[in-house]
Parts: sequence; C-alpha cells; structure tokens
Amino acid sequence: MRDLSMVCNPYNEDKVISACSIFGMMDVSGKPFSGEPVFRAMENMHDRGNGLGGGFAVYGIYPEFPDHYALHIMYTSQAARHETEQYLEPRFLVERSEEIPTRKTDGINNEPLVYRYFVLPKIPKQSEVTEEDFMVEQVLRVNAEIDGAFVFSSGKNMGVFKGVGFPEQIARYFRLEEYQGHIWTAHGRFPTNSQAWWGGAHPFCMLDWTVVHNGELSSYGANRAYLETIGYKCTMFTDTEVLTYAIDLILRREKLPPEIFARVISPPLWEEIDRMPEDERKLQTALRSVYGGLLMNGPFSIVVANGSQMIAVTDRIRLRPLTAATKDSTLYFSSEEASIRLVSLELDHVWTPMGGVPVIGKLGALPVPEQSTKRNYTTSTPVEVAR
Amino acid sequence: MSIATSIEIDAAGLYYKELNAQIRDAVSEGALKVVLKNVTGQRYIGTNLYGTVDRDTLRKLEIEIHGTPGNDLGMFLDGPTITVHGNVMDGSGNTMNHGRIVAHGRAGDITGFSARGGEMFIKGNAGYRVGIHMKEYGDMRPVMTIGGATQDFLGEYMAGGVVIILGLTLKPGEAHYCNHVGTGMHGGMIFLRGNIEPHQIGTGVGMPELTDKDAELLTNYIAEYGRLFDTDVSEIKLEDFTKLAPLSVRPYKQVYAY
Repeated sequence: MRDLSMVCNPYNEDKVISACSIFGMMDVSGKPFSGEPVFRAMENMHDRGNGLGGGFAVYGIYPEFPDHYALHIMYTSQAARHETEQYLEPRFLVERSEEIPTRKTDGINNEPLVYRYFVLPKIPKQSEVTEEDFMVEQVLRVNAEIDGAFVFSSGKNMGVFKGVGFPEQIARYFRLEEYQGHIWTAHGRFPTNSQAWWGGAHPFCMLDWTVVHNGELSSYGANRAYLETIGYKCTMFTDTEVLTYAIDLILRREKLPPEIFARVISPPLWEEIDRMPEDERKLQTALRSVYGGLLMNGPFSIVVANGSQMIAVTDRIRLRPLTAATKDSTLYFSSEEASIRLVSLELDHVWTPMGGVPVIGKLGALPVPEQSTKRNYTTSTPVEVAR
Repeated sequence: MSIATSIEIDAAGLYYKELNAQIRDAVSEGALKVVLKNVTGQRYIGTNLYGTVDRDTLRKLEIEIHGTPGNDLGMFLDGPTITVHGNVMDGSGNTMNHGRIVAHGRAGDITGFSARGGEMFIKGNAGYRVGIHMKEYGDMRPVMTIGGATQDFLGEYMAGGVVIILGLTLKPGEAHYCNHVGTGMHGGMIFLRGNIEPHQIGTGVGMPELTDKDAELLTNYIAEYGRLFDTDVSEIKLEDFTKLAPLSVRPYKQVYAY
C-alpha cells in the first residue's frame, strides 16, 4: 500500500495558503443523523486543505452487526486482496464480506479497491491475549506485512472512509449520504512533512478509536521510539500514526480518562506544575515521568472519538485553531467557527478552549464551556442530557 | 451609471474572491456603505480596497457584516470602518494601517496581528496572542480595546501600539486567566483592568504608573467602547487598571552576538 505518486504541492506553486481542517459533530442523546451538515461544514473549509486527503469517521452505522469488528481494507491489487483474505480466513469468522459501495467522482483518481469484512476473532484456546489486543496485533500485521493491503478501519458499529481528494469529494465517492451516525468526525488534509497516499488520509483508526489531526508533531521521533519499546510498529509515513498508538495505549489499553490523556500529550509547563496544589503536582509529575515519551510537541489540534465520546484538545500553547459549540444535545468542534454557524446559525454556547485543556462530550453529557475556556486542573462535571 | 451610496450583497455561497471582487466593484462605482448578509467564513474581507478609490472616499467607507467573517478580516485595512454583527475569527486587523474594526461579539486568535495603525473594538472575549507584534511609528499607532478577557500570550512580541483589556466578562474578584502576557514585548503598552499575578506576566515587562496622558487615552477609549456597544461603562475606574510596558526596547540584546 505504498502508492506515493501524489506528492505535496504537485503543481509547484510557490506559496500554498493552506492548513488542515477538522470538524466533529456528536448528538450526545445518541440519535443518529445524516452527515449532510458535516459535508457542508467541510466544504466551507475547502481552502484549508489542498485535495491531498479527506476522510470521515462515523459511529453507529452498522447496527445489524453490533458485536462484529468491521474491517475496512484498501488494496492496490486483486492479488493483495486474495493474500489478505487467505490471511484472515483461519484467524476470523467472517460473517460477511463485500466491496464498499462507491461512485465514480470527479477529482478522485488512482482509487484502490475498498472492501469491508464483518468478523469475529478466532482466538486460540491456550492464548491469554485479550480479544482487543488480538485485533490490534492482526491489524498491525496486515498493514506491515502484506504488500498492497491496508486496514484503515477496525472498530465495531463504526467506519472510517478516507482517501486522496477533498473531503466533499471523498463523501461523494463513498456515498456517505447513505449512512447515519450519532458521531461524525472529518478531516481535510494539507500534507506538510509527508507524502499523500490513501492510507495517510485522516481519520486514523485503531479498533473503535479514531483521530483527526491538524498540525504537526515535531516530537514524532521521540514518540515513535517510546511506542516501539511497547511493541507498536510505525508503518504509515506520517506523524499522526504516533497519536493513534498513544490513544490506543492510554485510552483503550490502560483505560485512563480523556482528561489524563490530554495531560500526557499536552502537559502543563513545569513552572505551572510548580504552582499546583500538592496532589495535582504529584499526579502531573507522575504522568510526566511515566509518559514523558508521549509528550507531543509542535502545533496541533485534534478530535478523538470512540462510540461513546468525542474529545477535542490542542497543543499546550494552542498553535492550531479550535472552536467548540453546543446547540441542544449536539456538540460541535471545528477549525473555524464559521463552519459551525453555517450548519447551525443559532448556538447555545460557542467558545475557544485553552491550549491543552480537553473538551469532552459523552453520550448523555455535554461539556461545560467554562471548564475549558480557563485553565483549571480539576475534574470536569458535565451537563447531563437525557438519552 | 448611477449607483446607490449603500449596496447590499448576499454572501451566501460566494467564494471569498468573488465576494471581495463585488465589494471592490461597488466601492469603485461610488458606494459609501456596503452591507454583507449571510457571511460564513469568507476570508480577507475589506482587503485590497486601497487603490480602487481615492483615500478620502476610502476613509468614509463603511462595511457592515452580518454573519461570521473568515480569517484575516480587514487585512491591510487602510481607511474603512468594518462593523461585524457577530463573532470574528482569527487574524482580524492583520497588518491594518488606518480605519476601524468593531465586532459585536468575540474574537479569535492573533487579533490585531502586526497592526500598524487604526482602531479595533471587540465587545467580548478574544483568543490567544492578541496584539502579537503590533507596532507604531510617528503618528501611526494602533489601539485595540477588548471588552472581555483574553487567553495566553497577550501582546506577545509587541513592538508598539496600545491594547486595552476591560475584563468585563470576568466575575467580580476573578483574576485574568491569560498567562505569558507580553512575552518578548519591546514596545507599546497594555492596560489591563482586573487582577493579574506577577507569574502571568512575561519577563522584561514592567508595571509603571499611569501618566496623565494614559488616563486621558483610557478615558476616551472606554467612553467610545460604551458608545459603540451601548454598554454602561460608569463602573470602570482608572485605578483598576494595571499598565504593562517593556523594561527595555531591546530585551534580547544579550542573546545575539555581533
């Protein structure tokens, strides 16, 4: 899966005014909705990307398979597909396999084959590995070892759809108007330090968790070194990959809350830690000692999601934009406020979170603006919303 | 061909280049007021009007915006008054020279970025790096008045100009929440109403007493803020302001070798 023919700035423009766009929309009541407002919001931020990557993560789209892992796999050849399916066959019970419906779309070229498989893992009886760890290992092995195959989505009752193109083109290509979900996250890409390819578009996905990312991680090398000691293999030619594995490690495997995840990747400065009350200082010092290798340096804003929550956070000195807003039971995150206003002119709250302070929406609970507009290191108390 | 002195443009679905071209056409045909409806993120509104009409006409021009204008609103602004009925995003007043931007809402990051002149009034809060690298020369001095509070790095690398923070959105007794205020500041002044701790202020920034000239300037801009936003400013007392100004005009002279 290494078709790197599309490189940054193919027309050699001497100045490209661009930055990634990110967007997230969640109905915390759990009600599924069409992605149409998300496509419009992304199209409104068209100029932030340059057509070299677009994608969406949608939660709640496969209710007929709530317990199966939905593997979305892209192939550069039929041979890669056969090899992958032979690899999957002894390791999974494949309930259904099908080509993901697409349509010919202007602006979408060199498209790979895209298939999806609804599977249950066949874990060897004597094995002590958990089902989730087994899944992660299989995904990483397919991506690292089968040439021409790439698993780009692997969660339950959710799916990632992405490729090289503008986000609105990708939505059209994957016929996303036919899906309904209770969380949508989206990304328009302007690749900076790495080449564009289908697998390198966002969102990045590991089991149920996805991330869309604007910015760059200058700490990529240090983060990668830390993650490789734990067994993660970096194969995707882009910095966002380390963020994906940090999410997998902290949020999925170690089950730490998102507030802690934010403090690991965007920790307060030492001078701030020195001023904290003692228990806070101890906690933060411990986090910086244990997870020092996961401090993410450089400018970024990200939206992270799984089936029950959507989280936005930026780097600790907020070098990339992020706006949060709520209207009734819907939570929005966006690179630009105008895109939120385009799809919901009236808003209950709209605010800019402080650098490194997460905004967290969960099923049944909206975030309180005041808890992220100021730097406040106490646990958040969300607003309850009926489900 | 005669044209009404006021013209309305529906910006819904218009790409920013098309919208700005329509504004330029209206102005070069003699419009003195341009009303923009349904603005959703179009960038650079008000840019590049210089050269399309003579300077006196440009100074009389009013642009009224309904909606949410995009980044770099009024970039290189050279005379017109822009009034926004809504929030403004990042980089408003980027490198503006003359004129005025009035936002009846909140403002995003790097508001007043590198401004060289003119005035900005923001009714509510503003984001990160407000007034970054504002500058002044001779009679040209930008003045920005923010009704609420701002986030971190207020006045970063400020080289000139005036930033006034009224703190009206803070609760009684609540301290400002911006850190690293005036980091790298080597010119200009920040007047901040409300409590701020020394650790929130960058190194090399001092807190001199207000002069009579400062008091006059503050009094004028507070009154203008009250008038523009129809807000009662009688509670705002000059003794509640802290003045922040650089201790040195070359704070990094030790860092560089010649």
